[in-house]
Amino acid sequence: MTPLLDVRDLTICFPNATPVRNLSFGLAPAEALAIVGESGSGKSLTALALMRLLPGAARIASGRVRLDNDDLLALPEVEMRSRRGRDIAMIFQEPMTSLNPVLTIGRQIAEVLQLHRGLTKAQARREAAELLDLVRIPNPERCLDDHPHRLSGGMRQRVMIAIAAACRPKILIADEPTTALDVTIQAQVLELLDRLRRELSLSLLLITHDLGLVGQWADRVIVMYAGRKVEEASPGILFERPLHPYTRGLLAASPRLHDRLHYRSARLAEIPGNIASAATQAGCPFAPRCPDRLARCRTNVPDERDAASGRRVACHVDLTESSRGLHHDAALSY
Amino acid sequence: MTLLSVTDLKATYRVGAAPVHAVDGVSLDIAPGETVGLVGESGCGKSTLGKTILRLVEPSAGRIAFDGVDLTTLPERRLRAYRRRLQMIFQDPFASLNPRQTIGDILLAPLNVHRVGSRPDRRRRVSAILSQVGLPEDAVARYPHEFSGGQRQRIGIARALILGPDLIICDEPVSALDLSVQAQILNLLADIKRDLKLSLLFISHDLSVVRYLSDRVLVMYLGRIVETGSHEQIWKTPRHPYTRALIDAVPDPARRRYAAPLPGDLPDPRNVAEGCRFQPRCPLATELCTRQAPELRVTSTGHQVACHHAEMTAAPSAA
Repeated sequence: MTPLLDVRDLTICFPNATPVRNLSFGLAPAEALAIVGESGSGKSLTALALMRLLPGAARIASGRVRLDNDDLLALPEVEMRSRRGRDIAMIFQEPMTSLNPVLTIGRQIAEVLQLHRGLTKAQARREAAELLDLVRIPNPERCLDDHPHRLSGGMRQRVMIAIAAACRPKILIADEPTTALDVTIQAQVLELLDRLRRELSLSLLLITHDLGLVGQWADRVIVMYAGRKVEEASPGILFERPLHPYTRGLLAASPRLHDRLHYRSARLAEIPGNIASAATQAGCPFAPRCPDRLARCRTNVPDERDAASGRRVACHVDLTESSRGLHHDAALSY
Repeated sequence: MTLLSVTDLKATYRVGAAPVHAVDGVSLDIAPGETVGLVGESGCGKSTLGKTILRLVEPSAGRIAFDGVDLTTLPERRLRAYRRRLQMIFQDPFASLNPRQTIGDILLAPLNVHRVGSRPDRRRRVSAILSQVGLPEDAVARYPHEFSGGQRQRIGIARALILGPDLIICDEPVSALDLSVQAQILNLLADIKRDLKLSLLFISHDLSVVRYLSDRVLVMYLGRIVETGSHEQIWKTPRHPYTRALIDAVPDPARRRYAAPLPGDLPDPRNVAEGCRFQPRCPLATELCTRQAPELRVTSTGHQVACHHAEMTAAPSAA
């Protein structure tokens, strides 16, 4: 199937750093794709690049972002502006700061509808109430006249989702949509996103640091480390049999509620060092922290290649599938 | 034997006209060498509880007994001696270190305040602590901004350890850290706890982390403890519907979809429901729950739960 969105060799540069390098991926209609990584992995910059909303100092050095038949990176800014919201919409981590505190909720939703779809004020208000109902906000009519500070974090994120869904976009990018929310509220918001994906058949690009979310809500996962894709797979396969040493390390390092791991009997497996070590590394960015590294990992960047069970991986090591990530076989006992 | 014994503790903030009872009658004990996990969502009062135990927030009622001495009535001068033995680690390793002080200054300050040993003694103590938390010797002359988030949290731990405390209150110590670094800090906490026979009160919203690091668990909702039990009891046979909902809401990579999320929003602590505080979101709530607040009581599984319908909770899903 041809993907709806096709990203090829995306490279993002700052004057003195290259936070995203040669990233390629596709997103199918109504698919939920997750990009996971820790801070410094380049996942959020990737999302901003797709929207062409990169911060001032950053620029797209190369690459192509094809949506339908257009390269979004080649569109004039005026044209791009009409695509944002209509074709691709985005929600952010912090629903406190992404809403305007001095405007009512109704006004902020109506603005999108008037601007992109040319509705009248009255039509826009009516549709805004329907959108709030779609995202399951109780009392939508009353909420229209509320200011953001009246709403809780979870409700604000629902409003953001309503705004993003206002123009029925093909793609919704959610950048850490639940990181600022409590766990019971987080579950509600993710369920809402998933329902919209199915009902409006929109494609969801979920950017997150939380591996747990990915297993539950994504059809496919891309693991990024220091600006590069290191592994891509379906979540089931990734979590059962992680391949890349970084993915294995991450899974082994995270305590999980459904494990019986306890500090009195076992240590957590650690990934030594931190992501900053990638900056001065000529070869594979993970090499300085990698338990399996070979001599050439220090000098040559591994290319992405096909691996077992239909996945992609970027690693020089001849990897065999292992279950050590999931079951903490790597954890030491004392 | 208990090291810390908190009885019916209350802490109240004034927000506008109405008081907010952030901690509303909490009792807990911590034994020497024990790690007690405290879980709950934002606004439940877990951080306030931690700070109140140290009297960084003054309690409005209740008793805090540390090693047999009532800290609530102690004058500030005498309290200082106990602060040596009761320390705290904060969530944000960026905000909790003075950017203008070297690591050496940061670690020497508590020793100077408490007049511990001679100057050379203090310096030796600082280098010993640095190596214990896995920082290089030359960190002494460097500033916080030169360190990564994980290393800064090691500095925060070193500062808490330097006076040789008996109990450390850890307030979300790994929440601001990346996953790959989180494990390093959790292992460090487990190591120092074992080596120094410390007690920890480990406050976190992250159940997975609490499951790994706690011997006993307290679950807090809107200023009150709703369930408490051993590590085994809480994870294998959670009895309070809120505990169960929390456990069910934790996403796990190994499960594709899961139980329907808990309905409703986090409650406003200024406007608490009559009767049981959890009742507006509770799937088991009955008329009794709207009238009468349940007290903590011992269940058939041997742990304590504040719920009228604790026996009705279904088989656990997380065991």
